[in-house]
Amino acid sequence: MDLKKVDEIIDKYSAEKGSLIGIFQDIQAEWRYLPREAIGRVVERLGIPVTQAYMVATFYKSFSLVPRGEHEIHVCLGTACHLRGGQRLVENFERILKVKAGETTADMKFTLETVNCLGACALAPLVRVDQKNYGKMSGDKIAKIIKEYRPDGEGKTHGEN
Amino acid sequence: MHLGLFLCALCDLCGYMGEFMFNITIDGIPLQAEKDATVLQVARENGIEIPTLCFNEALGPEGRCRLCLVEVKKGNRTRTVTSCLYPVEEGLQVQTQTQKILLVRKMVLELLLARCPDSEVIQKLAAQMGLEQPRFRLDEGNWKCILCGLCVKTCEEAVGVSAIGLSYRGSIKKVGTPFVEPTMVCIGCGACHFVCPTGAIKMTEENAVRRIWGRDFKLQACKVCGYNFAPEYQLEWMSKKSGVPLEFFQTCQNCRK
Amino acid sequence: MEKIKTPKELEKLRQAILAEQKPERLQVTVCGGTGCLSNGAEQVVAAFAEEMKKQGLNGTVNLKKTGCHGFCERGPLVTIHPQDIFYQRVSEKDTAEIVAQTLIKGKTVERLLYSDPQTEEKISRHDEIPFYKHQVRIALRNNGRIDPTNIRDYIASGGYAALAKALTSMTPDEIIREVEKSGLRGRGGGGFPAGRKWRSCRDAHGDVRYVVCNGDEGDPGAFMDRSIMEGDPHSVIEGMIIGAFAIGSGQGYIYVRNEYPLAVKNLTIALGQAREYGFLGKNLFKSGFDFDVRINRGGGAFVCGESSALMASLEGRAGEPRAKYIHTVERGLNDKPTNLNNVETWANVPVIIDRGADWFASLGTAGSKGTKVFSLVGKVKNTGLVEVPMGITLKDIIYKIGGGILKDRDFKAVQTGGPSGGCIPKSLIDMPVDFDELTKAGSMMGSGGMIVMDDTDCMVDVAKYFTKFLEEESCGKCTPCREGVRRMKEVLTDITEGRGTEGSITMLEELSEAIALGSLCALGSTAPNPVLSTLRYFRDEYEAHIQEKRCPAGVCKELITYSILEDLCNGCHRCFRECPQQAISGEAKKPHQIDPAKCIKCGICYDVCKFDAVAKK
Repeated sequence: MDLKKVDEIIDKYSAEKGSLIGIFQDIQAEWRYLPREAIGRVVERLGIPVTQAYMVATFYKSFSLVPRGEHEIHVCLGTACHLRGGQRLVENFERILKVKAGETTADMKFTLETVNCLGACALAPLVRVDQKNYGKMSGDKIAKIIKEYRPDGEGKTHGEN
Repeated sequence: MHLGLFLCALCDLCGYMGEFMFNITIDGIPLQAEKDATVLQVARENGIEIPTLCFNEALGPEGRCRLCLVEVKKGNRTRTVTSCLYPVEEGLQVQTQTQKILLVRKMVLELLLARCPDSEVIQKLAAQMGLEQPRFRLDEGNWKCILCGLCVKTCEEAVGVSAIGLSYRGSIKKVGTPFVEPTMVCIGCGACHFVCPTGAIKMTEENAVRRIWGRDFKLQACKVCGYNFAPEYQLEWMSKKSGVPLEFFQTCQNCRK
Repeated sequence: MEKIKTPKELEKLRQAILAEQKPERLQVTVCGGTGCLSNGAEQVVAAFAEEMKKQGLNGTVNLKKTGCHGFCERGPLVTIHPQDIFYQRVSEKDTAEIVAQTLIKGKTVERLLYSDPQTEEKISRHDEIPFYKHQVRIALRNNGRIDPTNIRDYIASGGYAALAKALTSMTPDEIIREVEKSGLRGRGGGGFPAGRKWRSCRDAHGDVRYVVCNGDEGDPGAFMDRSIMEGDPHSVIEGMIIGAFAIGSGQGYIYVRNEYPLAVKNLTIALGQAREYGFLGKNLFKSGFDFDVRINRGGGAFVCGESSALMASLEGRAGEPRAKYIHTVERGLNDKPTNLNNVETWANVPVIIDRGADWFASLGTAGSKGTKVFSLVGKVKNTGLVEVPMGITLKDIIYKIGGGILKDRDFKAVQTGGPSGGCIPKSLIDMPVDFDELTKAGSMMGSGGMIVMDDTDCMVDVAKYFTKFLEEESCGKCTPCREGVRRMKEVLTDITEGRGTEGSITMLEELSEAIALGSLCALGSTAPNPVLSTLRYFRDEYEAHIQEKRCPAGVCKELITYSILEDLCNGCHRCFRECPQQAISGEAKKPHQIDPAKCIKCGICYDVCKFDAVAKK
């Protein structure tokens, strides 16, 4: 893996120990997860124990130690969204994508996550795919959204409709 | 003006005039307490028992297990605090056995027993409070680890290598090596195994080899008595760290005298 | 850009900007808050720009994208100044008409105006719309009016005058006294008197002090701080500089949760501009005071809203709180005295310095001065952000401002204070909203989340929801929270899935007491509140679940069945098509049926039926 980009990120934060989370955020944004070698480089340059890096990487929900899918589906489970059927929405996504929340589909296309409040409560229940928000969602609209990002289907059929 | 603050100012003034003492009571017993002492320290110095699990005198307190909770009263205000961390103040009234304290203590043990049903230490502590079976579903994967954090703190602060740490959060929090694989950072000293209050860290020794955290450490035989007393790897590390030649470390502590 | 060094220079600049912006000119502001952006606000702005060019208005009318204007239910929102004409639910296609009719001919486009739901009367001025009429916008003073990425807008509306006043004509002690006199209490949840906190920090031992802004806003359903950080970042920055001067700090931090990228972006731009203009950096206003601010992003952990956990996060560690018998004002970030305040608290500071503590204290109640921003969400008609004086009743917020319950159903409860708070039932709806009143009722102010519930919401399910949230967010350091909260969730799950027993409620109460007393931080000690408050006011619902295995509100999946109401079903066949299990049968134009054996209770039929013919019981 090209550690030059990792070094650039670390330099941006002046290799300060206090910026560990910011550094990890940038690495996560670049590679969609925290690669082992990247963590190793950060540990080396910041002069922190590996245990601290591992604790931070696993404590915070932003970070993943395994590659995330090409598209991240976030189903909002904030209180307003929960009251307007957020939980049912998650279950329907799980059923259609055949993964549990937190997992990635076999073809690495989607990672399904729940998130606690995206702050657009008037549009509850809300689903965000990458940077795009889908407001006033309901179970019947899921298939269409999936098709938007996976126009050719999954290789084998998914869902019974 | 607040009495405590006034006395603290006085203390600054006469700090050089010897130890400043506070007057406190624990369970109604009047006691003298040194400034900057914790309630737990004062209690133990005076033979008053307060149970603990995650406390170790050699390391700073963290307040993880919550077994050492006491009720403190200052003026009109009563609070429930961990005695291992709470600093004494003039006029503090401490109660270690109130109904509320006993309720919390019992619940803490009940929760730990449900988490680690195989732990003899927890079973014993729970039985002392009249608790036999927890009312919760028993966990299976925790072995005897109550997440007191002593092993991690020891490795980080006392030994100074940080080979093991905490990971994740909440009920899936775990203790172990990063990425759950053996690490060369571990020197095999076994301090974590010894400090653990429940014996949750496995360490075995067979044929002059110690096994801990998934690695085998060849043990050094003492140059004088021949006893296999510590991993060679650990002694090499100590020599490198201190600058003292390795030969010095190859004799066990008993024979060094 | 010459750095501003005196109040006179600032005033001169302000006049120059006003002259350049020509406030008498026509201006179109489009709300650019996250809610409206999700609804196409960006396209509306672009369409306006194009239309204005097409219709020959280019250069004579100001077009501005602002921060969250609050009326999220009716977005995208457009306001035309100076007439203060308020258009709602504006789409790109409407822009041509607005330009032609309103901007050029001066006529209103009736169909885009807000209409009163009772009288159907059209209201054109935004400050006459009930949603806005009853609000007193102090923290949100600039939201919806200025472009948050342009410091000149902020200066034009009087920004940084308070800073100039503080640094050139007040001493640190005078500033702290002013904040103390104002009665400002923390707006993040704790409600601790801000002035007292500042004084303790100033008095603490040590040479290095920090000021921190808590922008973690973890309460689900709360987006007040997000709107302030996105829509008026300078108000927060100015407040922090004033506070830092008063406390004696040279370095500030703004901690923003990672889920708010627009807030991070706008704050970063604002900080850069503030430095350019001389409001951050060295020797500010020739006072000898140096100060700068850094932004740190969170990593996705609700517990980092707790001050000591936040500081651990700022040090690059996991967000585990520590016991605060020694407060963070004495030993906080890097073990140095640290003053942490919430976004909304900081945003109030410039106004207090500008207009005086007495003015601020004239608003609100005896124990709770000033105003509070609430995010009014849930089963209420007018979902959005509202700022009201403390002391207003819950009823007025929900009915006068909120417009009442969605679909005119029955009001059941309002949840305040996030996962640390509780539910307030119908019987207490005339309660004045203030810190102490809410706490007395078994809830708390919290950060300002106000979630309205109706008779289709199950209170046991709500308690389970919050408990599950806290289980996932618990840092895991102390036994009562880590082990106790998940056991509470287990009991609640048993109850909602029909396995509740006679001892379930007692178990919940026992666990609650131990967790409340024994936890290390406020996440744990307030974790039982949702359970305790719902048990206090809705015990009958718990008992129905336990004794009758019935969910009165029709929510708990295992206890309900889906069925089609024959008299409402007209056989449109939609549910038949959408059902993933082919569990619905029926002929066209005749009432349909659901086969309970095949039904997986996914709820899709309920979602798609336009005739409310699907029942959940």
